[in-house]
Amino acid sequence: MGDLVPTPVLVAPTAEGARDQHMVLNMGPQHPSTHGVLRLVLEIDGEIVVRMYPEIGYLHTGIEKTCEAKFYQQVVPLTDRVDYLGPMANNLCYCLAVEKLLELEIPEKAQWIRVLLTEVTRLNSHLIWLGTHAMDIGALTVFLYTFREREEILRMFEMVSGQRMMTSYFRIGGLALEPPLGLLDRIQAFIKTFPEKIDEYSNLLTGNPIFVRRLKGVGHLSKEDAIALSVTGPVARASGIDYDVRRDNPYSSYEKFDFNVPVSNDCDVWARYVLRLEEMRQSVRIIQQALDGMPEGPVKANAPKIVLPDREAMKTQMESLIHHFKIVTEGFAVPAGEVYQAIESGHGTMGYYVVSDGTAKPWRVHMRYPGFATLQALEVMCKGRLLADVVAVIGSIDIVLGEIDR
Amino acid sequence: MAEAQNKTLADKAAVLESMPDHPAVKALVAWRANGLADARFDRGELTLSVDKSDIVPALEALEAAGYNAFEDMTAVDWYPSAPRFQLSYHILSHGLKERVRLRAMVDEADPEVESITGIWAGANYYEREVFDLFGVRFAGHPNLRRILMPDEWVGHPLRKDYPVEGYR
Repeated sequence: MGDLVPTPVLVAPTAEGARDQHMVLNMGPQHPSTHGVLRLVLEIDGEIVVRMYPEIGYLHTGIEKTCEAKFYQQVVPLTDRVDYLGPMANNLCYCLAVEKLLELEIPEKAQWIRVLLTEVTRLNSHLIWLGTHAMDIGALTVFLYTFREREEILRMFEMVSGQRMMTSYFRIGGLALEPPLGLLDRIQAFIKTFPEKIDEYSNLLTGNPIFVRRLKGVGHLSKEDAIALSVTGPVARASGIDYDVRRDNPYSSYEKFDFNVPVSNDCDVWARYVLRLEEMRQSVRIIQQALDGMPEGPVKANAPKIVLPDREAMKTQMESLIHHFKIVTEGFAVPAGEVYQAIESGHGTMGYYVVSDGTAKPWRVHMRYPGFATLQALEVMCKGRLLADVVAVIGSIDIVLGEIDR
Repeated sequence: MAEAQNKTLADKAAVLESMPDHPAVKALVAWRANGLADARFDRGELTLSVDKSDIVPALEALEAAGYNAFEDMTAVDWYPSAPRFQLSYHILSHGLKERVRLRAMVDEADPEVESITGIWAGANYYEREVFDLFGVRFAGHPNLRRILMPDEWVGHPLRKDYPVEGYR
């Protein structure tokens, strides 16, 4: 620490005499538009960005290392804290990976509730993106509107799991609990008015000449660059890559839902804005289908050695008590092997690579999060553009430092 | 994914026999007759193993076969067994809508492999992360520095002989 000359490796004068013209500017790690603790070292020529170097790791907590010291079921709460704006998506990806290792069948109702709540999570994630993105551009009002809806989503999360943000609601083998009475009605009421809310945000922003001029044609990322830099999710789809894990490699019965994957070839910040608004509408469609067709049945797999028994069974039946005691004190052994499970989170392709050596603790849990790869594309998008565009571009890639630093 | 989900093909011979038309298997067999060291199809996922010196040409062959998007790479530390490190590359094909895993084992004595940033520039941060947390070096990487840990850090935290808590 303490080196006030930032990263001499990359930011050095490009040519003889250039030293007098180029300036090294440090942006972050506490800058409000870096959405967390991202530090950008910018080499600027006047107001034009010549080079940029993202410095990350300020939120690195070694979650992957911690996972190796926990039982499989104890890892679930850790995953909440990675992408803290999409807790259910993290839970889902980890649980699917371990269930794949265990070759465990999940009851249909649990799968549908997982889809339902993951889509609500996507709305949560996109609402924060929209509010903060607009705020970075200078449209402060939208933030208040989106956080009004987000508050309702957080209350739903609290209702379902007792926690507003760190839900840990999906467990290996199903869900933690039956969803509470009234949850589905509450989601239904929310979904009924939500498309109007999207129109409301759109009315505030889409016709706003300042917002349009700050976004259109800014942060160009070509399709080739997006593939080469392994950019995924809405940013990739706004660059013309027609791939969505939910549609193309369906998991947790996504194949039973009917939805469109918006794709754009405009490749700029504006395209990402329009595309994410459309994604929210598609999420509403999926949620509506999940509510309409919600199957009946159990929410936990029939695997007494893996899934904790119901409280009542544990208190009244000897066998359940033994299972409970065994799972809590010794965990459960997972057959040796390695799996990689990818899902579509709010930011792009999230993947969990879980390696088991046959014991009750994972040998290795690797988390592939979309933000880590997308951050590499930041320089391509900002090079040769105005310094003020950097803020718009960071907003458009929907960055969450928790998932980048892990 | 559907047809062979529950079947496990434990070794190279079984994979070559059962799925010779799989584009990834085909590509690696066509690339070099003995290039494929081992193969495994387990839980619906295809794993292809190559020698560590063959990572770059094998991935080039896979890319030519339509596996166009690098998705993830990481390492696994199998300490105390040798060879110690396993590198796992996950490559996605947008056209085939399928992933394949390429793996290679790396010795502790000489933990260096070729960088794949020449094929996919997006592997840059991933290789830096593996270097930072495991200490595997990547020859030809444009900027192989620590990425998550501070620059002056000593040790590689995701190695198994590095304690989870307490002092090093």
